[in-house]
Amino acid sequence: MAITLNLPSVLAAHTGGARTIEATGRTLGEAVADVAARYPALAPRLRDKEGKPYPFVNFYLNDEDVRFRGGFAAPVQDGDEVTVIPAIAGG
Amino acid sequence: MPTTIASPPLTARPLRCRSCGTERAAAPTAICEECLGPLDPVYEAGRPLPDRETIAARAPSLWRYKEWLPFDGDPVWSLDTGFTPLVDAPALARRFGVARVWVKNDTVSHPSLSFKDRVVAAAINAAAAFGLDTIGCASTGNLANAVAAHAARAGLKAWIFIPDELEAGKVIGTSVYGARLVRVRGTYDDVNRLCAQVADRFGWGIVNVNLRSYYGEGSKTVAYEIAEQLGWRLPTAVVAPMAGGSLLSKLRKGFGEFLEAGLVRGQPPRLYGAQAAGCAPIVRLVERGADMLEPEVPKTICRSLAIGNPADGAFAARAMRETGGWAAAVSDPELVLGIRFLAEDTGVFAETAGGVTAAGALALARAGRLEPQDEVVLCVTGHGLKTLEAVHGAVPEAPVIAPRLREVTTLVEEERTWPSR
Repeated sequence: MAITLNLPSVLAAHTGGARTIEATGRTLGEAVADVAARYPALAPRLRDKEGKPYPFVNFYLNDEDVRFRGGFAAPVQDGDEVTVIPAIAGG
Repeated sequence: MPTTIASPPLTARPLRCRSCGTERAAAPTAICEECLGPLDPVYEAGRPLPDRETIAARAPSLWRYKEWLPFDGDPVWSLDTGFTPLVDAPALARRFGVARVWVKNDTVSHPSLSFKDRVVAAAINAAAAFGLDTIGCASTGNLANAVAAHAARAGLKAWIFIPDELEAGKVIGTSVYGARLVRVRGTYDDVNRLCAQVADRFGWGIVNVNLRSYYGEGSKTVAYEIAEQLGWRLPTAVVAPMAGGSLLSKLRKGFGEFLEAGLVRGQPPRLYGAQAAGCAPIVRLVERGADMLEPEVPKTICRSLAIGNPADGAFAARAMRETGGWAAAVSDPELVLGIRFLAEDTGVFAETAGGVTAAGALALARAGRLEPQDEVVLCVTGHGLKTLEAVHGAVPEAPVIAPRLREVTTLVEEERTWPSR
């Protein structure tokens, strides 16, 4: 299954400048693992040593926070768009 | 000819990652390139710090504490923000059953009537240091008002993004300054995500996204002012509203810096945070004793605190736990009552977040978290005229009469038969 991963510019240095990359997997966790294998410098920036998401890095699956969809266990399908956004706040 | 001594040009302090410790040069970025953690400004260790008398002789604005703000050189914009009144509130002390209560009254903050003037005063000077000509924000309302007002005064362009369903006061109170206001279908968390992408794409200074490291430091000035206005001492407890959660950790940092500088002595105050029950992810984090925040979809009339995914939630929870404080969530009817008793007891008319803080403090007092010997400061962060919708229908309706003395006499006689309050 091919999905699109949108990265913040702060991470593009680790993908040769690409801000949008393709990934495959049945779940978001598998897709992130796929990207981590192909871009080793990106791996520790997307997930911790145990393969879990960091508290301050948010993943959005088609504009929805994946924590409402089961986190890295969320199923993904062809054409899905995942956006990585470092945590920010304010009001 | 008199010689003028030129101030050094304004520059922003370098940054360090709160998570992994990596340092970087000053820049309009709030995210560590190594680990995506949040960046904080680095202050020069051993820099000369002013004493009480020096601070007290300076102009009454938040810049009287400039040594603890993230710049070198003198600020260029928003020089008159800060130093709001600390109001003694004996009726609130009786209501809570504690020794003393003061209201830190940011409802009269200059120029936009909320605490957010403090953070924007810091952020707009960061924008000046970086030569940015456009600033912006994702906002639940108060920040929108502040960014629009400060940008107008500085002659900067402003792009402001808010959820589509906000109170009229927040919407009109932004547009009136000539800002470019965009209403986004969704919650604040949707707006926030969009603004992270906007900051990344357009190179603007989004104050609570890529200028966040500098912006957040403005919050510390609440703590400095409380300490100075109490006569250079600390309260035993502080109650503050929580949206993103930043204020709680910045209060802790601010009190800690004044203790470290020897300007005050004693124990840092216990910090308490309040949220509306319809959006209380930080309160629930404290109650669970957990580290990982669980985001919520907000459902409350307190839109100014309706952040379901607060990035500083874990830091706020730590600040409360480690100072011996706690957290409280209150229902929408309770927060409306909070607005009313705060107004009746102190003469301070607060927006919904102030109602949450007042009602939250009452709940904490009833639960025994605030004790009879406590000296408590309530941080009341925004003016009630901004959220009239919340109290519409909850306050007594005014009678309409003909301009005749007899009708007033009737009303006065009716009042005599009411039970006293």
